[in-house]
Amino acid sequence: MSVGEARQTPPTAKAPGKSPYQPKRKAASLGWLVPAVTLGGLLPVAVLIWDAYTGALGANPIQRATLQTGLLTLTLLVASLACTPIRLLTGWKWPARIRKALGLLAFGYAVLHFLIYLFDHGFSLGVMFEDVLKRPFVTVGFTALVLLVPLALTSGKNSVKKLGFQKWTRLHQLVYLAVAFGALHYYWGVKKDHVPPLIYVGVIAVLFALRFIKRKPTKKTGPGKISPA
Amino acid sequence: MSNEPDNNINPNNMNPEERRILIPGSPINPRREFLRSAALFTGTVAALGGGLEVLTRRPGVGSAEAQGTAFAQAARPLGPYDTKEAVTSYQQATTYNNFYELGTDKADPARNAATLKPRPWTVKIDGEVKKPQTVDIDTLQSWFPLEDRIYRMRCVEGWSMVMPWLGFPLAGLIRRLEPTSKAKYIQFTALLDTKQFPGQKSNVLDWPYTEALRLDEALNPLAFMAVGLHGKVLPGQNGAPLRLVVPWKYGFKGIKSIVKITLTEKQPKTTWMLAAPSEYGFYANVNPDVPHPRWSQATERRIGELGRRKTLPFNGYADEVAGLYKGMDLRKNF
Repeated sequence: MSVGEARQTPPTAKAPGKSPYQPKRKAASLGWLVPAVTLGGLLPVAVLIWDAYTGALGANPIQRATLQTGLLTLTLLVASLACTPIRLLTGWKWPARIRKALGLLAFGYAVLHFLIYLFDHGFSLGVMFEDVLKRPFVTVGFTALVLLVPLALTSGKNSVKKLGFQKWTRLHQLVYLAVAFGALHYYWGVKKDHVPPLIYVGVIAVLFALRFIKRKPTKKTGPGKISPA
Repeated sequence: MSNEPDNNINPNNMNPEERRILIPGSPINPRREFLRSAALFTGTVAALGGGLEVLTRRPGVGSAEAQGTAFAQAARPLGPYDTKEAVTSYQQATTYNNFYELGTDKADPARNAATLKPRPWTVKIDGEVKKPQTVDIDTLQSWFPLEDRIYRMRCVEGWSMVMPWLGFPLAGLIRRLEPTSKAKYIQFTALLDTKQFPGQKSNVLDWPYTEALRLDEALNPLAFMAVGLHGKVLPGQNGAPLRLVVPWKYGFKGIKSIVKITLTEKQPKTTWMLAAPSEYGFYANVNPDVPHPRWSQATERRIGELGRRKTLPFNGYADEVAGLYKGMDLRKNF
């Protein structure tokens, strides 16, 4: 969920025999990227508020808002998981830069989803605990949220230093468990039309498989095995 | 000009952009760089925000137009079975529907209702009846004077509405059909037609939709056949032209767009029983004490309200129907 990778500046390849007037520009600044992802990721909140105001959420606005914030959580979690495979497959640097923002956005939507659920039940902790204990559909959703909490808390660069890269990486592998529980929560929550949750399950499975395939060729560098989180 | 390269590049003939790119150490044009970043920023915000909206937003239907002509109606006092609770608006009752034949999203039926053609329409009546027949919907409707019924409707998903139906009691229809002595159950079958019901192209349920009642349940004065809603002809998304209304049961028992009524000796299987036997039973009586395996049935949201209200046994119709289930274990017969 965070940027734990060493940032490299691209080596300026100097092909021999070419004119000395080589483009020597600095790599284009990506300073705009994380703010843009953050703002774009928060855009659905604005639209959700607008939809609630205009009545576009329909006759049961709370149900719509619950569904949408849940879907946003899953979608953004999947997007954050896709960053490393995309980086490894394409060599692009930018996916690693936005991974943390996507993960934190996913966590934000998970919290919002939970708050709307609590609001729906009049902030009754009794109802919440009963649901969490008795209804597997709620149990797995709640577990996914709980799993995301330590990840969000250790998303900063300082945490990578404090925990050490390996430990931090191990911890953040919990995101796979969280996203799996999240998808199961969606699957169990749907009355009958299981196609949309199964699409998420499929994408998550592909991302998970990609990580195993891509893990093998990592080289040993230094004392610890550096593998992409 | 000693370091002039041999390929005829003359910095003095370059425009600033060429100079910037081709000459080492040239200052990056800050204005250009800013505009570039601003464009990428805006594009990324739009792409991510737009992408998330496409993937997750399911907008409701803004408004549903009233279909068909209004029934000629005189104002009337509330009948013995009518609830005094505030009626759900026509807009809400016709844009938030479960009708998988027209799509699985709540707004889909209102969007796709135009594909359903409720006229001409016939209803086949067969099974344990004295005179099996196929009758035109207008003829069938003309057999009975139309009545209003303002009923609560509780969906198994935990929401409810108050629906002002127009139609006739099911008991009157059954008596007219003259069941044989073997008839113990009444089964309803909905239209099977992928042209009119594009949702039937998906195998989300086993089509056609079927429902059934025990004959004594069907003869209860609350059991109702609706042909109208809010004083208007029943819209497609609410089950035109003919649907069942059994207000003490979960909404899915109220089968829509009926084409066949069969009286049977044995208890028929119903669509949701077959789809998920552990979750939906034959009776499907509203019961706050028997939770759905995945969620509680203790409370419900009345559409139009923000909070939740307590769900009542038999949806508040216990006085009328509880006697039908005397001696039965309602936890087993859910």
